[in-house]
Amino acid sequence: MHEEAKSPRIVLVGNPNVGKSVLFNVMTGSYTTVSNYPGTSVEISSGRCKIEGRNYEVLDTPGMYSLMPITDEERVARKILLTDRIDILLHVVDARNIERMLPMTLQLIEAGLPLILVVNILDEAERLGMKFDLPRLEQNLGIPVVGTVMKRREGLDELQKTIAFFQGPTTAVGPYAADLEADIERLSSLLSADYSLGARTTAILMMQKDHEVDELVRAEEGEGFAQIAPVLHAIKFARRADLNLQISLERKRLTRKMLEGALEQEVTEHQMFGERLSRWTMNPFTGVPLLLLVLYFGLYQFVGNFGAGILVDYLEGHLFGKYINPAVVGFFNDLTDIYWLRELLVGEYGLWTLGFRYAIALILPIVGTFFLVFSILEDTGYFPRLAMLVDRLFKKIGLSGRAVIPMVLGFGCDTMATMVTRTLETRRERVIATILLALAIPCSAQLGVILGLLSAVPGALSVWLLVIIGIFLLIGYLSAKVMPGENPVFYMEIPPMRLPQLRNVLVKTLTRMQSYFLEILPLFLIASVILWAGKMTGVLELVVKAFTPVVTAIGLPSEATAAFIFGFFRRDFGAAGLYDLQTAGLLSPIQLTVAAVTLTLFVPCIAQFMMMKKERGLKVAAAIFVFVSVQAFATGWVLNMLLLATGVLS
Amino acid sequence: MEKLSPHAEEILESMWIATVEEKQVGCLLSDLDLGPDDSALTELVRLAYVETRADRLYLRKEGRPEAEMTVRRHRLAERLMMDILDIQGAEGNEQACEFEHLLHEGVDTKICTLLNHPTTCPHGKPIPPGSCCVEARSKGETGVVPLTELKAGQSGEIAYLAISDGQKMQKLMSMGVLPGNRLELVQRFPSYVFKVGHSQFAVDDVLAREIHIRDER
Repeated sequence: MHEEAKSPRIVLVGNPNVGKSVLFNVMTGSYTTVSNYPGTSVEISSGRCKIEGRNYEVLDTPGMYSLMPITDEERVARKILLTDRIDILLHVVDARNIERMLPMTLQLIEAGLPLILVVNILDEAERLGMKFDLPRLEQNLGIPVVGTVMKRREGLDELQKTIAFFQGPTTAVGPYAADLEADIERLSSLLSADYSLGARTTAILMMQKDHEVDELVRAEEGEGFAQIAPVLHAIKFARRADLNLQISLERKRLTRKMLEGALEQEVTEHQMFGERLSRWTMNPFTGVPLLLLVLYFGLYQFVGNFGAGILVDYLEGHLFGKYINPAVVGFFNDLTDIYWLRELLVGEYGLWTLGFRYAIALILPIVGTFFLVFSILEDTGYFPRLAMLVDRLFKKIGLSGRAVIPMVLGFGCDTMATMVTRTLETRRERVIATILLALAIPCSAQLGVILGLLSAVPGALSVWLLVIIGIFLLIGYLSAKVMPGENPVFYMEIPPMRLPQLRNVLVKTLTRMQSYFLEILPLFLIASVILWAGKMTGVLELVVKAFTPVVTAIGLPSEATAAFIFGFFRRDFGAAGLYDLQTAGLLSPIQLTVAAVTLTLFVPCIAQFMMMKKERGLKVAAAIFVFVSVQAFATGWVLNMLLLATGVLS
Repeated sequence: MEKLSPHAEEILESMWIATVEEKQVGCLLSDLDLGPDDSALTELVRLAYVETRADRLYLRKEGRPEAEMTVRRHRLAERLMMDILDIQGAEGNEQACEFEHLLHEGVDTKICTLLNHPTTCPHGKPIPPGSCCVEARSKGETGVVPLTELKAGQSGEIAYLAISDGQKMQKLMSMGVLPGNRLELVQRFPSYVFKVGHSQFAVDDVLAREIHIRDER
């Protein structure tokens, strides 16, 4: 601890999608998720690096657009600037959009922070015909400027040298228009405490009605605040109409001045393939067919047929079934004669047979193939395009297009997706998204097993798909009607389409698989122990018996009850239980379809419930739990009646 | 030209609506609540804008242009009250009635340009075009329009953002959606996609309606 305090701290800031996380990984040598959407880097990554024999601590912050925070992520990033010790601040900008991003650089210089500007993605900017004179920009700004192409590590040496020989802040920005300067001076001269952002920036943020800064000043100045308040109120009132606009325009004017002689724009007219593909994904006439192609090949063929079919068959049927399982079971049976211990280890609900085998042979290949597809799509920049495509439809169910990201992630793991709902802007939106994830979005493990099961029966898959989509839209529509509040507003940056880098995709997939696996394996094991204990003590039998009438009421054999009980411990557990029933030939086509629908809708797994409780609070989580259970069985009952009455599938 | 009294203007207004829009043949004096020796009426008769025959009042050809302009001023005032100042309902009507009498000597032209030459009043009645509207049309000036009015592929300069939510406004501004920047609309459906600099953004129609563009057709 003591030594850590001594090494200088480097902090990275910048807009989303500028390659900040890539820079972080290149500098520290470890890898965290790089994303095209705001959300995955809500938490802050930290690492260490060694430059010219000296140790540094490196901190990555969530993307922020300006010093005035709006989202929670920006608030986190700002808090670091406001309160933490910073020895070197790297502002990473996208060279292509330097004109849009320099205003924040100006804000950071203005705050007197020890700043180095990193102009990243230089290669793509040059391809767009932009010509940079970075030494000139350095001169204009008065801070070190380094040009980089971080995904190819270009400019890393220069950046490290700049860090090693960094001298500290030397410069000031401005001036703004005289009247604005006068007001800033009037307010900042009243501030007597020491602020990490400097008196000038603190004054400007107060004028812009930043409540957190207000609170900070109130606390720091104590009784002196009584003198500050009237001046602040007078300025705020006098400038009520257009202060933010005026400051933005002043910074834009200064940005143009800084770029004079440092940037030339050549006119290029050729449309690249990426641009054309981007248009196709966003045009509904080509975008919807493209989406269906992505779903068909990515989800159905790759995850469903390859992951849940070929891979699972090989691992579960061949590797485990023929070689590993008999060996392990034999080994333990030789080892001990104690019945309960045998059962615990390799019995029906044993740690090995139920816990390990399911987790490794059944779930991991499915989740792994899903995360691979998800990471590829994420790195191409497809999701923001999907968000704009579905925004109109999602408005009908009370969500904005932004919610498409947790929804798609939900097809991988609903627990992770529930966590990501925190990036949605209103509480109403977050609750609706949580309900829909709990109810109608099957996770990849469940999906893989269910797709495999249903594809054996002609027509069953279509019925299942129709019912699930219908319930998704209906419940979304009704919750939007019932929940108070206004519809969310949608805005999103659409990053350029990029060819995903193989290394990034693989590392991301592995990172996700690892965290998923570390999360689920203990739960699988706990679930096996609970089920084992239930079996040994006879409690399980009682629970199954108590629950059986509900299951038989929707037309299923009583053997299916166990699958539903398992379903709560892990959604995919339930689906896998169904798989066993199917292979035993216990289900008719109608029963199979009804069971698949009910199980898909039924209560989320225990891990998702814990996450719901953490994100939404116990009351909301419990209410959703009850609602979803009732809805699932009600739908199953109605569907069973309908199928029997119409004779479809029989 | 002599400036009419407010009351006389109101009489002209009613006459114009009755004769031109409702195709009636004159109005009964009692309908307009007028006695034969009302001062406003004498004023109009003296200017030969109207004539009385028995207890019926007729709008003369000479009075029509002036009457049309009073109607125009009234409906412009309504638009101003309801759209810009957000005074709705009866209160808005009442304020408009007071306000219309101030819209003389080019003030009506300024208001009309500010409102971007509206063609209907908030109640859906047509606003008679003034010379400024005719001129704007002949020059093809479209003025400042919301982003929703642009066609895909068109571009223009961002004129102003009319967003009531300060945080959304700041978000847009920090994304580079600032007055003076050039904006190109890429796509209109299912969401509005536009380019500012080398960046693309998607917004829904609620936000698109509030980004105002100086159109350059």
